[in-house]
Amino acid sequence: MTDSIRAISRDEMLVAETSEGAQELKLRSATEPDELRREVGAVLRVDGRTLDPSSIDIERRDDETMIINMGPSHPSTHGVLRLMLELDGEVVLRTKPVIGYLHTGMEKTGEELTYVQGATNVTRMDYLAPITNELSYSMAVEKLLGIEVPTRAVWIRMMMSEINRISSHLVWMATNGMDLGSTSMMIYGLRERELILAFFEKTAGLRLNLNYVRPGGVAADLPDGWQDDVLVICDTIYARTFEYDELLTGQPIFRDRMIGVAPMTAEEALALSVTGPLLRSTGVPWDLRRSMPYLAYDEVEFDVIVGKYGDNFDRFAIRLNEIRESIRIVRQCVERMPLGDYRTQDPKITPPPRARIDESMEALIHHFKLFTEGFHVPIGEVYSAVESPRGELGCYIVSDGGPKPYRIHVRAPSFVNLQAVPLLMRGGLMSDTITVISTVDPVMGEVDR
Amino acid sequence: MIALPVTAPAGVVTAEGLDAHVACFPTREQYHDLVASLRDSGFEMCADLCAVDYLTHPGRQLPDGVVPERFEVVVNLLSLSLKQRVRIRVQVGEHEPAVETLFDLYPGTEAMEREAFDLFGIIFLHHPDLTRILMPEDWEGHPLRKDYGVGRVPVQFKEAPGPR
Repeated sequence: MTDSIRAISRDEMLVAETSEGAQELKLRSATEPDELRREVGAVLRVDGRTLDPSSIDIERRDDETMIINMGPSHPSTHGVLRLMLELDGEVVLRTKPVIGYLHTGMEKTGEELTYVQGATNVTRMDYLAPITNELSYSMAVEKLLGIEVPTRAVWIRMMMSEINRISSHLVWMATNGMDLGSTSMMIYGLRERELILAFFEKTAGLRLNLNYVRPGGVAADLPDGWQDDVLVICDTIYARTFEYDELLTGQPIFRDRMIGVAPMTAEEALALSVTGPLLRSTGVPWDLRRSMPYLAYDEVEFDVIVGKYGDNFDRFAIRLNEIRESIRIVRQCVERMPLGDYRTQDPKITPPPRARIDESMEALIHHFKLFTEGFHVPIGEVYSAVESPRGELGCYIVSDGGPKPYRIHVRAPSFVNLQAVPLLMRGGLMSDTITVISTVDPVMGEVDR
Repeated sequence: MIALPVTAPAGVVTAEGLDAHVACFPTREQYHDLVASLRDSGFEMCADLCAVDYLTHPGRQLPDGVVPERFEVVVNLLSLSLKQRVRIRVQVGEHEPAVETLFDLYPGTEAMEREAFDLFGIIFLHHPDLTRILMPEDWEGHPLRKDYGVGRVPVQFKEAPGPR
């Protein structure tokens, strides 16, 4: 029978080699104690130093454990995160995140773009919170230029970044709900976010990569009737946060999977440079908006939400309550929004209004120079940090005096927070890896840049 | 001038940065000790670590006594208790781009140092797992170096160039 089947043997490889080589998790027998120390997430500070490698359980042999691969294309990894897990039955022993699948060299691209174009580049890093990316970048450029931004622009920036924080946390609530099987939460979260995206579209013309905050101010003034739109967003979402409470906070299945799972202490969080809701969940009241105020955060009232146990549930509760606090800030912005310019009137930095170009030769020249060459920035280097929904978002710019940044480095909070994953997963169950990835909330566009 | 909470070890040049952060310019030998003494005096967190390639910008402003080199490793430490930042800029030569790792002081620098190694080729001595992190393991060259080309988009209907 087999003789009649037409077949041919193909020797060449049909699938390209996808191994990441040394970046992957290796067997215990092939791992140095030093690396084992890192991979078990054993970065606890004991007597102010890292844990002694000899105190790690290395009695397990390779034939007792199993290394499995999760991702990069896995729906619960929120993008293209690849995790290699070493399991003993259902228990996770070692974890190694393998990243870089979305690396597009944005820092290198940033060196090729002028300061005017730079905002379009950085806004694509953390695609859930584009405003904070632009804000961090713009504040760094403004520090180098030594210019002040008009008060209205400051308040617009503050309001927009808080609205953006709400939308980012809503997406987090949605995806976290989905990871835990609450698909209705996913629909609700994305439904509410739609309100915000519609307002972004009205204001900036775009829904996701806004390019709204630019060096010198913001791209456009708020549209007519913006107060009504913003208040509708605030009222709707504030009321709905209590529905989420009903749906999730008191829900026994949800609580079982969140409470007490994957705890972290403050010392571990600080040692791992973790920031944002992850750090606050361990009880450290560190929020750059309060601790090192930028924009006008020292003039508005809000509470810094702090957890106690550093577990999944704390991280959930912090994000839910931060939505409410952000709404509080947005309401104050609506009340106290000052009048005035929405961008600095320095013609060397901001383009002239369209009408001026028709009547003024000077305006035309400025416009031409800005969009061909860009503005020159004094020599220097500067680091500016803002509190993004995920933590400290820093931007380090080195200028050589030209119209393009000599070096632009973005300190991405997700990239750093991802280091906490091996620690959080250690000793947990396989099914909890999903909730850990979810509550760490990495945005892969930002991790890989 | 903002004072450092700790007297910098003898020989370490300090200066005030543009953004009101103190900048320290240790040599490669002083680097690890300086960071250790800063950590013990209240800088609990290493917020950021990155590298800069000054190949095409040699005329940068540095305080007296600092010998400019091609690479610079820039570390931003953060003190939560003092609400203060300090920046450490250590010069790293082109021929032997290696500095001591900060992993034993701040385990959170692990991924950042891997990134600096991946994109600039700076070796962090005694780092537990110095492999590439963003680029594939078999990639040649270090993309963020200034002598590394930007690459180009291959034109359709032309023989595609190599990976870069």
